[in-house]
Amino acid sequence: MAFKGAIVVDTEKCKGCGVCVVNCPTQTIALAKKVNSKGYPYAYMENPDKCTGCGNCAIVCPDTVITVYKIKI
Amino acid sequence: MDINEIIKPENLVYPKSKVLTDTVMHYCPGCSHGVVHKLLAEVIEEMDIQDRTIGISPVGCAVFAYNYLDIDWQQAAHGRAPALATATKRLYPDKYVFAYQGDGDLASIGTAEIIHACNRGENIVVIFINNAIYGMTGGQMAPTTLIGMKTSTTPYGRKAELNGYPLKITELVAQLEGTCYVTRQAVENPANVRKTKKAIRKAFENSAQKKGTSFIEIVAACNSNWKMPPVEANKWMEDNMFPFYPLGDIKDR
Ligand SMILES: Cc1ncc(C[n+]2csc(CCOP(=O)(O)OP(=O)(O)O)c2C)c(N)n1
Ligand code: SF4
Ligand code: SF4
Ligand SMILES: [Mg+2]
Repeated sequence: MAFKGAIVVDTEKCKGCGVCVVNCPTQTIALAKKVNSKGYPYAYMENPDKCTGCGNCAIVCPDTVITVYKIKI
Repeated sequence: MDINEIIKPENLVYPKSKVLTDTVMHYCPGCSHGVVHKLLAEVIEEMDIQDRTIGISPVGCAVFAYNYLDIDWQQAAHGRAPALATATKRLYPDKYVFAYQGDGDLASIGTAEIIHACNRGENIVVIFINNAIYGMTGGQMAPTTLIGMKTSTTPYGRKAELNGYPLKITELVAQLEGTCYVTRQAVENPANVRKTKKAIRKAFENSAQKKGTSFIEIVAACNSNWKMPPVEANKWMEDNMFPFYPLGDIKDR
């Protein structure tokens, strides 16, 4: 059974720490070239096709700004 | 596949805990405090004890913890969280009471309070964030600062001859009859976050069973005062803190 996932980042609350980026096992996430209103480059799905919905990014995010969705395919 | 096919309420697998407020945390980007707050919120939600939990916030960066978890709180004078937790638990024996403390708070100015609360076996949970530095006040040496580690008060690195030795207070409280569960964890990767969450859950269950004091050290990074980017600070922690402060249970009975 395979899974397909997607994350939603609250970009205004993201602080651009990058902890989610290095803990994503599928290299789905990157920090944006743009910044939010506080000046932080926020996390986003650079490779959305790769996300499996494992939730590792959300678990390690210190500001709990990632929500995770997952479906069976 | 269109991601809008996935992002639907019925497919949600990781929501933000309802015990966390919507207030943006004041912590620096990547600070371990935020992860530990999240885990406390998740455990409190999963145990369904939101209206029966009282936190004691410290003096230190976590002083504002009361803004982030929607539970009852008290805020203690520097180092006195275990004393206030003792009073709170004795007045409200049916509540879950935890003290949340940094290493300056717990292992320096509050040494007497933590030793005696643990020795009395108070039925409380202690969450001890060891980032080896005084975060809030600008990165001064803490009792837990490693030998050779540069801080604003040890600019050439901590020297044992001048500054004494790093204090393993967790091993110390494990010696005391009153502690039932003493463990050292970390929250820099998903596996460690999951282990820390289990430890927090066990600690809360211990206090309900009146087993004594549960003490959880979390080896943490203070990237701002270590003067490193967050990811690099977590790596530095793994390479330098973990060998001296090894992770795992020290006591469990
Ligand atoms: C009685 C008293 N002495 C000193 C201080 C100054 N002070 C504030 S926070 C702090 C140390 C905090 O370090 P730690 O407990 O490690 O928490 P962190 O910020 O690293 O999480 C000190 C010394 C104070 N507020 N009150
Ligand atoms: S871990 Fe959280 S705060 Fe840090 S970059 Fe990722 S989404 Fe943003
Ligand atoms: S100063 Fe250190 S402990 Fe305080 S919020 Fe920043 S990273 Fe966290
Ligand atoms: Mg500290």
